[in-house]
Amino acid sequence: MSLKTFSRGGVHPPEHKLSAGNKIIELPPPEVAVIPVAQHLGAPSKVLVNRGDQVKVGQLIAESAGFVSSNIHSSVSGKVLKVDQFMDSSGYRRLAIQIQVEGDQWLDTIDRSDDLVRNSVLPAEDIRKKILEAGIVGLGGATFPSHVKLMVPQGKTSEYLLINGVECEPYLTADHSLMMERSEELLSGIQLLMKGLGVERAIIGIENNKPDAIQKMQQVVQGSSVAVQGLKVKYPQGGEKQLVKALLKREVPSGGLPIDVGVVVFNVGTALATYEAVMKNRPLIDRVVTVTGKSLEKPSNFQVRIGTPVSYLIEQAGGLPENTAKVINGGPMMGRALSTIDVPVVKGSSGILLMNEDEARRKEVKPCIRCAKCVTVCPMGLEPYLLMTLSEKSLYEGMEPEKVMDCIECGSCSYTCPSSRPLLDYIRLGKGEVGKIMRASSAV
Amino acid sequence: MNKFIVSPSPHAYTDESVPKLMYGVIISLLPALAVSVFFFGIGMIVVTTVSIVSCILFEYLIQKYMMKVKPTHLDGSAMLTGMLLAFCLPTNIPFWIVMIGALAAVGIGKMTFGGLGNNIFNPALVGRVFLFISFPVAMTSWPEVGQWMNYTDAVTGATPLGLMKEGLATQTVAEIMPRVPSFLHLLMGKTMGSAGEVSALALLLGMCYLLYRKIISWHIPITILATVVVFSGILWLANPDRFADPLFHLLSGGLMLGAIYMATDYVTSPMSHKGMIIYGVGIGVVTVLIRVFGAYPEGVQFAILIFNGFTPLINKFVKPKRFGKEVKHV
Amino acid sequence: MSQIIIYTIITLVAIGATAAIILYFVAQKFKVLEDPRIDEVEAALPAANCGGCGFPGCHNFAETLVKSENWDNLFCPVGGNETMAKAAAILGREAIEQAPRVAVVRCNGTPEFRPRINSYDGAHTCAIIHSLYTGEAGCPFGCLGEGDCVVVCDFDAIHMDPDTDLPVVIDDKCTACGACVEACPRDIIELRKKNKKDRKIFVSCINEEKGVVAKKNCSVACIGCSKCFNVCPHEAITMENNLAFIDSDKCKLCRKCVPVCPTGAILELNFPPPRKKEPVEASETKTD
Repeated sequence: MSLKTFSRGGVHPPEHKLSAGNKIIELPPPEVAVIPVAQHLGAPSKVLVNRGDQVKVGQLIAESAGFVSSNIHSSVSGKVLKVDQFMDSSGYRRLAIQIQVEGDQWLDTIDRSDDLVRNSVLPAEDIRKKILEAGIVGLGGATFPSHVKLMVPQGKTSEYLLINGVECEPYLTADHSLMMERSEELLSGIQLLMKGLGVERAIIGIENNKPDAIQKMQQVVQGSSVAVQGLKVKYPQGGEKQLVKALLKREVPSGGLPIDVGVVVFNVGTALATYEAVMKNRPLIDRVVTVTGKSLEKPSNFQVRIGTPVSYLIEQAGGLPENTAKVINGGPMMGRALSTIDVPVVKGSSGILLMNEDEARRKEVKPCIRCAKCVTVCPMGLEPYLLMTLSEKSLYEGMEPEKVMDCIECGSCSYTCPSSRPLLDYIRLGKGEVGKIMRASSAV
Repeated sequence: MNKFIVSPSPHAYTDESVPKLMYGVIISLLPALAVSVFFFGIGMIVVTTVSIVSCILFEYLIQKYMMKVKPTHLDGSAMLTGMLLAFCLPTNIPFWIVMIGALAAVGIGKMTFGGLGNNIFNPALVGRVFLFISFPVAMTSWPEVGQWMNYTDAVTGATPLGLMKEGLATQTVAEIMPRVPSFLHLLMGKTMGSAGEVSALALLLGMCYLLYRKIISWHIPITILATVVVFSGILWLANPDRFADPLFHLLSGGLMLGAIYMATDYVTSPMSHKGMIIYGVGIGVVTVLIRVFGAYPEGVQFAILIFNGFTPLINKFVKPKRFGKEVKHV
Repeated sequence: MSQIIIYTIITLVAIGATAAIILYFVAQKFKVLEDPRIDEVEAALPAANCGGCGFPGCHNFAETLVKSENWDNLFCPVGGNETMAKAAAILGREAIEQAPRVAVVRCNGTPEFRPRINSYDGAHTCAIIHSLYTGEAGCPFGCLGEGDCVVVCDFDAIHMDPDTDLPVVIDDKCTACGACVEACPRDIIELRKKNKKDRKIFVSCINEEKGVVAKKNCSVACIGCSKCFNVCPHEAITMENNLAFIDSDKCKLCRKCVPVCPTGAILELNFPPPRKKEPVEASETKTD
């Protein structure tokens, strides 16, 4: 099979997939779970429970507050301790529901058996409704509510469903392990999404550094209208626009969405969650998280309940190593550094990466030598050096014509800079400022 | 409790650094250096050493005592400037002239603009052109090959391009060709010329290394060489008596050194690939124009300096191809 | 020989004359008519082009002064009342007086009071840190210490104190142009009324969190206890979002609020120290 990839830019960071091939271990619920109400892109959900309420696993505890929003279900059973401000991964305090875990009682409607259910007779309408009810959001990291993606806007048509099994971030192996261990369910989930979306064709894109996953998925999809396509290893292939380009050679327009070229993209984790929600009545209450790091004793793939503290995960993976200098929620390229490990796992947490002192520090910033490496690697065809200079000098008006809003914040520019310049830091700042200016001018 | 480090993403960085890139270029220059030492002997060693040492020294002194900043003289860029400057000087040039050239290169070419990354013109070429204008005689008498132990007392002669330029006043190309070195000699470097520019083969070898290490992209050198071949080829086809053939233009003079090392200088070349191609075509055309119609036998260095000046303009108007078409949003 | 000289002179004169004629007509053609008073007013302005008035530069401000009927929102903070009076005199109208103001940094979170719980390792500007997370100390409202305010100051009136990691305003140099107020991503800096001898009393905290939470991150945080609010005889203090605020226009500098603050969040600056010596200090102040 010939391998495909996207054409412009990209980098090859070392892969370090330490936990690859490790079986997914299901962790028992923690003692206390903290479930934030803003785990997705869009409006924070509306809390439905009060202090002292008893909740069961799978019970709706916060409901969607608008079209672009999502339901949130209790991932544990027990008593609501508090509905209060709790620290999230940014260190800022946001509204969350704290639950004291008592036993593990599930709602009766949830099918907890391992039996594979296939061939749904549900109409597309019901599939979409179940996805909305189960609070499914994009599990790749962007956490965009899935039901919104399934509603194709008027005047647009969807031709393809693309399933993102690229996992181009170094270290992370959560999607890889899902494809290896839950391939049958995954296929069923993909077929449900196809039906919900009304498309005939689906392609799973998997990078070539996971040949076992490619092989496994190819066996599973035989005889179905789902195809598997191997991809050359290149970061950021998991970016939505890059994946569409790699698989279909279509370019999502500037400022547009994949649906503008007739495509909808879902992560493998999201497809699996769809299967669980539609076939098993199981809302999104847990996810697979990779816990990894060079100094960590047991890099693992854990299936954990949403709301579990990160410290609990690290404990299960062998404890926090002495020389830990940085803890990252997500992968090394796009993840967020945590200031404390007392924060909960949320729907968008794909991994916890521990870095030791040798790798955690940035190098000294040197002057730009105009080597143009940032321009060469930018997958969006932007000029990071120019955007950084403009942002540094607060010339935000000049950044919009340079297409700063197209930046996907993949970090390839900062990664590749031989002078270790904080390119993305400044571009992100400028992007925020330009966004403010644009909102202000459209409000007038 | 551990005090964690927090920084914005990304958290992974490449191993590349400015010194690594600079020393990478220096490594790629070693074959050319070896060939030149083989043909020019002691003169090459003296000129190169003096040039490198004085560039590093001037950079250190200027940064420490005039700019009062932390000196960066060992980051490889001063050494590279020194090496490139030496490579475009004749090997019989007195060492004090080399030192003046180094001062002009580092002082005028680089530090007046604020140091590495801010200069408009390639420092080594600034040094070379400064010497070319100030010491025209010393800069245009090249030693004959094979005089290992002779430095300033070496017997001198004319370069192939010089022979061609002089000869064309009275003779046709066919009559001059027997007097210039064969193509094989031009390729190997057994010819008169500036220290490092003689062997096209060694320089091409260096280019392969640079491309393999991804220190430079192919756009600039290949476009310059291709443009020279095409443009001089058109002239040659039009009148083979008046114009030398493209292979002669390709292999003689400082074209290889200029196209591979001078024009690709990070700081002074355009940022986008499209821009690099425009820049390369421009340099190629101007080089041939100067060689064929201008007063000087060789024009690469002037062509590069001219287009160094155009670089900011190219950067402003030639943008990389953006991802995704522009669409109007309602 | 003399012929050459004559020809040269004639040629040069001819070129000069032609150029002069062309220039004259071009200047006529493209003449910009502008109210001459704009230039006069601009000459009276400080020419700092700092933007403190809200206009891109002194010229734009002068133009607006000349054109607008209503001067309510027009004021040059750098030049102050004196400059405004001059401008008013040129235009033959009354100036509106404004009390002089000075920038005040409302955070006292030194490393001693507000321990650093992580170390930041990214680009060194407050704006980037603010958009990323709470900062090296846990307080989501406090000073980030990278000095965005220092960079924007045109008057060298604010600098970072390396011991406290906080910016310090030099009152004599501060023109209240407001550049630092704009630059601070956390809105810590406020322009307050300038009092005699640069005396000031203000709540040096803008943390709106609940008292317990705020206190956990910083021992000198305002915990919103309202004690100062209750003690103030001049109704200068307001309580909002767990935070006390002293209105500098109403404050009479009586200092009653300072001792009652349980965390020491209210700062008094440039007052003569301890009361015991008050008679001596008072006589000194009279002689000044």
